[in-house]
Amino acid sequence: MQNPYLPYPVRIEEVITETEDKNLKTFKFVFLNPEDEEKFAYRSGQFAELSVTGKGEIPIGIASSPTEKGFVKFTVNKVGLVSSFLHSMKSGDIMGIRGPMGNWYPWETMEEGKNVVIIGGGFAFTTLRSSVIYMLDPANRPKFKDIHVIYGARTPGMLLYRDELAEWEKRDDINMHITVDAADGPDWKYNVGFVPTITEQKAPPADADTYAIICGPPIMIKFTQPVLDNLGYKHDHIIMSLENRMKCGIGMCGRCNIGKEFVCKDGPVFTLLELSATPREY
Amino acid sequence: MKVIKIDKKDWPGGLEKLSENYRLFGPVKDKDSHDFRELPKGKLPDFDFQNTRLPAKALVYPQSEAMFEYTLDESQPDHHVMKAVKKDYSPRAVFGIRPCDAKAFVLVRKNFDTPEYKDPYWIQAYEASTFVGLACDDPHGTCFCTSAGCGPFHEEGLDVLLADAGDHFLAKGLTEKGQNLLKAAGWTAETEAGIEAMKKAAEGKISSFVSTDKLEAKETTALYDAPFWEEQAFACLNCGTCTYSCPTCWCFDIQDENHKKSGIRMRNWDSCMFPLFTLHGTGHNPRGTKMHRLRQRFMHKLKYYVDKYGAGIQCVGCGRCVRLCPVNIDIRKICELMNDYDSGADTCAA
Repeated sequence: MQNPYLPYPVRIEEVITETEDKNLKTFKFVFLNPEDEEKFAYRSGQFAELSVTGKGEIPIGIASSPTEKGFVKFTVNKVGLVSSFLHSMKSGDIMGIRGPMGNWYPWETMEEGKNVVIIGGGFAFTTLRSSVIYMLDPANRPKFKDIHVIYGARTPGMLLYRDELAEWEKRDDINMHITVDAADGPDWKYNVGFVPTITEQKAPPADADTYAIICGPPIMIKFTQPVLDNLGYKHDHIIMSLENRMKCGIGMCGRCNIGKEFVCKDGPVFTLLELSATPREY
Repeated sequence: MKVIKIDKKDWPGGLEKLSENYRLFGPVKDKDSHDFRELPKGKLPDFDFQNTRLPAKALVYPQSEAMFEYTLDESQPDHHVMKAVKKDYSPRAVFGIRPCDAKAFVLVRKNFDTPEYKDPYWIQAYEASTFVGLACDDPHGTCFCTSAGCGPFHEEGLDVLLADAGDHFLAKGLTEKGQNLLKAAGWTAETEAGIEAMKKAAEGKISSFVSTDKLEAKETTALYDAPFWEEQAFACLNCGTCTYSCPTCWCFDIQDENHKKSGIRMRNWDSCMFPLFTLHGTGHNPRGTKMHRLRQRFMHKLKYYVDKYGAGIQCVGCGRCVRLCPVNIDIRKICELMNDYDSGADTCAA
């Protein structure tokens, strides 16, 4: 019997400090047993349990894309016992990864020539990065129509993946709308304003072929949703990814449920329509 | 199916024989109550109880158990890599489990044995066990099993059902596992006697009931927003006694326990009554008040489970939570409130 609690052993290949407050680091992992990488086949939007031996596990969205081979990447905010310890770890250290877990963004539908609007805030851009890399892959880009990315952080220094954002800005097959709450100098070339405001200004009009994926802090989601409503987005075209405290990640330990749905196994991706039928315990 | 008659004078000898091939477990009196223990050689299970204080769930799903072991010593080649711990899943025979606790395993299995994932610890311990149930002749006043999909002579989840007939037991071998155990014990004397009359009499003694017929049709969000939760939760201490004593509660936590350079990854029972159960790293808690937590417990058992599996409520009517709750919160009353709740949402406006 396969043990779903047994992590795949991995080695930290690289640690990148992402933000100016140094609270967000990206960890690049390589599987100790190369065959485990195949078993870990994932889709953008899924997550995994990072297992820090001797400390515990944390559920973290997968930031790398299935089109990137040879490694997996996770961006982790320094918050609690496990994530704080992880922040002190270095390349070469051994730990574990358990997954992939949960469902993914509705690629099966969106790959039928749909427009995709990605709306992200703060450090919730991880599975969205995975999604952008996936969609921009030459083999995948023709499957989508227009791609918009609205991504905001408090300051320029708090944006994740700044080098990649700059590269995407230069491309003509993706519409980037980067924004900050406050610019830190005259060099800032992009938008200034909160994500809901920029969404109102930049998001394409709603239609049956346009899907919005929203990830961000609760306050951003709270104020972005009415904007999308005004733009006419149907609630089954608004895709959200939830977070809740988790332990098992496989629908057994009982804590992450919203109504009868387990965020870890039946989610973390839900449409707004689905969420309106469940208690909002997230 | 033929009923087997086991003379009580043949009982110890049968157990003795079984102990050659099974680890034996049964109720043992400890201070004022009975609980399940592994029976040392020669020790008989004590059947002089109404029900055990705690259910038999810990026999399959221990309150704490090791999942993996590891070393943090970097001079070891496999440092920081999780390794399986040795487990004893040799055959076990569990005597004296009440039908309610056996049915509870059937309900809990839906959580641990799913099409996508199998919990190896729960499943292996369950499959290693042969459950020899003891029918209830003398239910508590708080037992409501007959209206909770169970009953004092209910057979689901059992391998053998024993009924106490004075100087002998009447035994029904319900599964191949159960029939093998009866044979291995040398209990083979078939009898024409039936247990139907005893079953009817016992069912007649159940004096407390719940109605669950309308739960499935209720709208989840309407029940969730019902006004009665605040009042029902008012006295709750969030002590967790109800979840620990419940045969159908399965929630757990996973923790690493270190000692010097080595450690084990443990799983421990957890409880939806505790604030830490759902507390986010950010400090946000989606079930931040005791009302949220009490509502989660009852909504899970009486609505979410009903909707998720279509197998009735996640409760067998053992009545332990009713008897043990220090502030008299009563699942029977809450079930009635939920079953009868009319939010007005279904009423036609015209």
